[in-house]
Amino acid sequence: MISRERNQTDHRKPSTTHQRMPNHGWHDAAWSVVSVLVVAILGLLVWHLCVRIFDLPKILLPTPWQVAEAGWRRRDELLMASWVTFFTAAVSLMVAILIGGVLSVIFSQSRMLRRAFFPYVIFLQTVPIVAIAPLLIIWSGYEFRTAVIATVIICLFPIVNNITTGLESSRPEHHDLFRLYGASRWQMLVRLQIPTSIRYLLLGARISSGLAVIGAIVAEFFVSNGADYVGLGALMTRWQGLLQTDALIAALGMSTLLGLALFGLVNGIGLIFFSRYTRVD
Amino acid sequence: MSWETRFRLLRTSDSIESSRRDDILPTPPLSTVVLKSTSNPETNAGTENAVTVRHATVEFGGGRRSRDRVKAIDNVDIPIRAGERLALVGQSGCGKTTLLRVVAGLQSLTSGQCEHHNPGSTSFVFQQPALLPWRRVIRNVQLPLELQSGNHNAVSARDAATAALKEVELSDATRRFPYQLSGGMKMRVSIARALVTRPDLLLLDEPFAALDDLLRTQLGELVTRLWRAHRFTVVMVTHNISEAIALSDRICVMHDGRISSVLENPVTQSQRDASVERSEDVRRTPEFAEFYGVVSDQLREAAGT
Repeated sequence: MISRERNQTDHRKPSTTHQRMPNHGWHDAAWSVVSVLVVAILGLLVWHLCVRIFDLPKILLPTPWQVAEAGWRRRDELLMASWVTFFTAAVSLMVAILIGGVLSVIFSQSRMLRRAFFPYVIFLQTVPIVAIAPLLIIWSGYEFRTAVIATVIICLFPIVNNITTGLESSRPEHHDLFRLYGASRWQMLVRLQIPTSIRYLLLGARISSGLAVIGAIVAEFFVSNGADYVGLGALMTRWQGLLQTDALIAALGMSTLLGLALFGLVNGIGLIFFSRYTRVD
Repeated sequence: MSWETRFRLLRTSDSIESSRRDDILPTPPLSTVVLKSTSNPETNAGTENAVTVRHATVEFGGGRRSRDRVKAIDNVDIPIRAGERLALVGQSGCGKTTLLRVVAGLQSLTSGQCEHHNPGSTSFVFQQPALLPWRRVIRNVQLPLELQSGNHNAVSARDAATAALKEVELSDATRRFPYQLSGGMKMRVSIARALVTRPDLLLLDEPFAALDDLLRTQLGELVTRLWRAHRFTVVMVTHNISEAIALSDRICVMHDGRISSVLENPVTQSQRDASVERSEDVRRTPEFAEFYGVVSDQLREAAGT
């Protein structure tokens, strides 16, 4: 009798998020890649034509080709600086997740602490990093750690906000189930609330991955002045001073790629290690 | 014979275990089994109760202003006999789920009391399967034991979970994740999770409402089979009259937070001694059709339509 439904499901494809793309999905994906490339090529072409038609000086706006050339010429410097910035952003993101996780768990356990401290987390979000960076340099010096602190400040809010939401998003019937069997507060936290919040944490980390690269570069504008380590932000300031617009634009392109890379890394980690927590039943 | 006399005879027959109802009242018309307003807990003084709910009232909302408060259940009295299957029926919002949650201990009472006479464990099957999506089937079933024992006996918990899954015929799905199961399979995992603690009291909150008719019947039969094997007390909320008749020994009709009547179910009497194998067979009997009419009349009368 019951075999009817079993047979049904054995041939069934896994549902929702892990459904395999049907064939026409490949066409869709291919078309979206092609259309993005076409827009990019058209954009570069318009850019190139503008420079040629209006006869713009190289200092004001170099051609795409000149930018690529400058990037290739300074590839060692660029790659080195990109790695430094990427490392700063990635470390900061991890620190932000750690601090954010601990803060959120504390907030989830005590309404009073949450009421008292959550506004200050929002304050972190609203404080302009450009204004706080000089202060951080006075306190912490022209160091790698200063860049990390500044970047953590920028990344923290989306992470705390998302994990806090996640910790409170367990479904009422799950909550009832745990209560029915007399679960302790600790069991509720570890077996229900934290696993539920991982999905939200990943969303927050995705938002923060873009912010982390921005934060790292902005911090380097200030910190790199006197530091040994040179990130993209430092290169940009230097090349701006030397009016090397072509290299500056190449660095800008690189920083965009870094943002994408960190976003991809967060997504990849989520998919490989936490996919079971991202499923919706 | 007047209504009143029959009623009294029935009460007497209930309280004397050895005497058969049929000896006193040869083939009684079904209407005689209607026990009007059983809000008096003494009604079942002769049988052992698993749970007694007395003057239970639950109010929601409104804060301090009493006129804004809504009574979900209002001065409800119901004894739940040990080993019986009680169905709570009524319109949506009549308080049947609240009453079930009171019995489960998930809902605190504004006034009154809910007394459990057995120290054994209580399990709850929700309307949704409520499986944890990040746990495999076996780990989902193990969860109640982990929560109760603090995960001290991981091996025995695993064995108990395997046995429970075997009972619901899901031995080959232990390593799957919930998203890999159909709706009916998820519900069976949910039932296995309820069984794993060997409960004395099994509470079901419209557990099959989201499933198609055939699956409903199959799962109903599964519950009947498990009840025969373990003889736990079952309290089940449903708004499906057929389901209530096929799966219960008594039907409690609720309206507007109150119990309007409690009906002895003559249809499933034969199930108690396992002479009727399938609830499908029960549904085809003339008693079923007749009792269906009685229950639906009671529901209509309670609603005042």
